[in-house]
Amino acid sequence: MTDQSTTAESPGPAGAPPGRTKLSPRKKQQISRAVQYVVLVVVAVFLVTRIEWGSLAQNFAKSEVASQMLPDLFTVALLNTIIYSVGGFVFAFLLGLLFALMRLSSVRPYRWIAVVYIEIFRGLPAVLIFLFILFLPLALPGFEVPGGTYGQGILGLTVVGSAYMAETLRAGLQAVPKGQLEAARSLGMSYSRGMISIVIPQAVRIVIPPTTNQFVSLLKDSSLVLFLGVSGEYVELTKFGNDTASTFANATPLLVVGVTYLLVTIPLGYLASRLEKRQMKGR
Amino acid sequence: MTHAIEIRDLHKSFGRLEVLKGIDFSVDPGQVVCVIGPSGSGKSTLLRCVNLLEQPTSGKVILEGVELTDRDVDIDAARRRVGMVFQQFNLFPHMTALQNVMISQRRVLKRGRAEAEKIARDNLEKVGVADKCDSYPIQLSGGQQQRVAIARALAMSPDLMLFDEPTSALDPELVGDVLTVMRKLAEEGMTMLVVTHEMAFARDVADRVVFMDGGVIVEDGPAAQVIGDPQHERTKVFLRRVLDPTHTDNI
Ligand SMILES: Nc1ncnc2c1ncn2[C@@H]1O[C@H](COP(=O)(O)OP(=O)(O)OP(=O)(O)O)[C@@H](O)[C@H]1O
Ligand SMILES: [Mg+2]
Repeated sequence: MTDQSTTAESPGPAGAPPGRTKLSPRKKQQISRAVQYVVLVVVAVFLVTRIEWGSLAQNFAKSEVASQMLPDLFTVALLNTIIYSVGGFVFAFLLGLLFALMRLSSVRPYRWIAVVYIEIFRGLPAVLIFLFILFLPLALPGFEVPGGTYGQGILGLTVVGSAYMAETLRAGLQAVPKGQLEAARSLGMSYSRGMISIVIPQAVRIVIPPTTNQFVSLLKDSSLVLFLGVSGEYVELTKFGNDTASTFANATPLLVVGVTYLLVTIPLGYLASRLEKRQMKGR
Repeated sequence: MTHAIEIRDLHKSFGRLEVLKGIDFSVDPGQVVCVIGPSGSGKSTLLRCVNLLEQPTSGKVILEGVELTDRDVDIDAARRRVGMVFQQFNLFPHMTALQNVMISQRRVLKRGRAEAEKIARDNLEKVGVADKCDSYPIQLSGGQQQRVAIARALAMSPDLMLFDEPTSALDPELVGDVLTVMRKLAEEGMTMLVVTHEMAFARDVADRVVFMDGGVIVEDGPAAQVIGDPQHERTKVFLRRVLDPTHTDNI
């Protein structure tokens, strides 16, 4: 009885207030969509009429300037971007693997060292790390990063990437079922042999999608090489774009460089999500 | 004669939970011993202590006269002589069946490629999956995976094989293939220690059956006796329930 009285007192949300025409949910949806289109058209009309397209094109899409960038855009700048980021990625991966293994080690000091390293370098802005590298020769007189400018850029990206890589690889190593190492050990393999032949290859497969994304973010971070004061044959995309833009007092190079980044990053991002989907299916 | 395995007063605790409470038993060369018992009685733990996948808390594990629990023993070398087959197969998913059977021959025994491949193919043929050499584990049925796992262990030419419920994860119609392979191994004289719920297999193939309950061995004797005419009440109750699942006695 109490049930009935309460329901009777409070009209449900569907209950129409008397004396007013009610819109069906479908009608409401139609109206809402129409409003959204109207807003879109108004903004578009505003932009088209108010922006000075001529000067915008002169500044951001001047084909004479763009054509001046070839072929160096690809043969120098993009190539260097790839050298810095692939180099950084390879070393970040190796260093990350080392720290991931230390993080999972049964030797306690190793675990501490790994935790401290990971926490420090995950917490610092990438720019700061590059500035540290720039000032390294002051702190350590006589010290030089091997590999010159390339070495410095790659070192910076290695440090930036390795802490994240360590965490990703640790998750990957932990995702390999315990039975795998046990099976390896029961076949007479040592711990390290079992890790090298059985566990690490599987962990690497597991982390391919996230590391592809990390490669994309290292590729973007390679623009920080700018802070190392590189020049000439060592410039990468961003520095190249910046320099060319200054030379011509025109922003077109920045747009061109931006598009060049996207030519690489969008397919890679797409690849990463494809790999991820395939892995989900395989499980 | 030295035992293939001898276990003396073996104890194993996980934290405060004592799982094995003083196990004594031995297996002679060529013997097939089945271990039966209710879930949680410590059967897997016992098996895993035999090849030191689990470090015993105290007691001795002696393999062919060599005390494995001695700190100076090269445990990797000792494990080469003991093959192990797991309930969940534990094949290496990133390798084909053939590679699964070759990897430890190559890396541990340092056999040449040609020799390792020949031994691998022979063993895969022996367990009846010769046609699956190039398949990855995910492409194989459970029964096929388990037989590859057996071949993988056999390729190391072990003196002794441990089986931990090798058919428990299989669909019923696939159990027979695996048991047939194990029967054949037993007939060839392989020393085997088998944890199983397959009572028919235990009765027909085992020389001895060991019944475990609550971390101790309750009964240990010839298969026909332990299964056909158990002496202890706990064994009787367990067998009644296993042989007739509708029986609802508490164990
Ligand atoms: N690594 C571990 N850490 C903590 N407890 C464990 C561990 N391994 C096993 N145990 C516990 O030890 C007891 C015995 O486990 P064990 O796997 O040996 O039993 P079992 O006889 O093989 O059972 P089942 O028939 O279910 O396989 C269980 O209570 C289990 O929870
Ligand atoms: Mg078990």
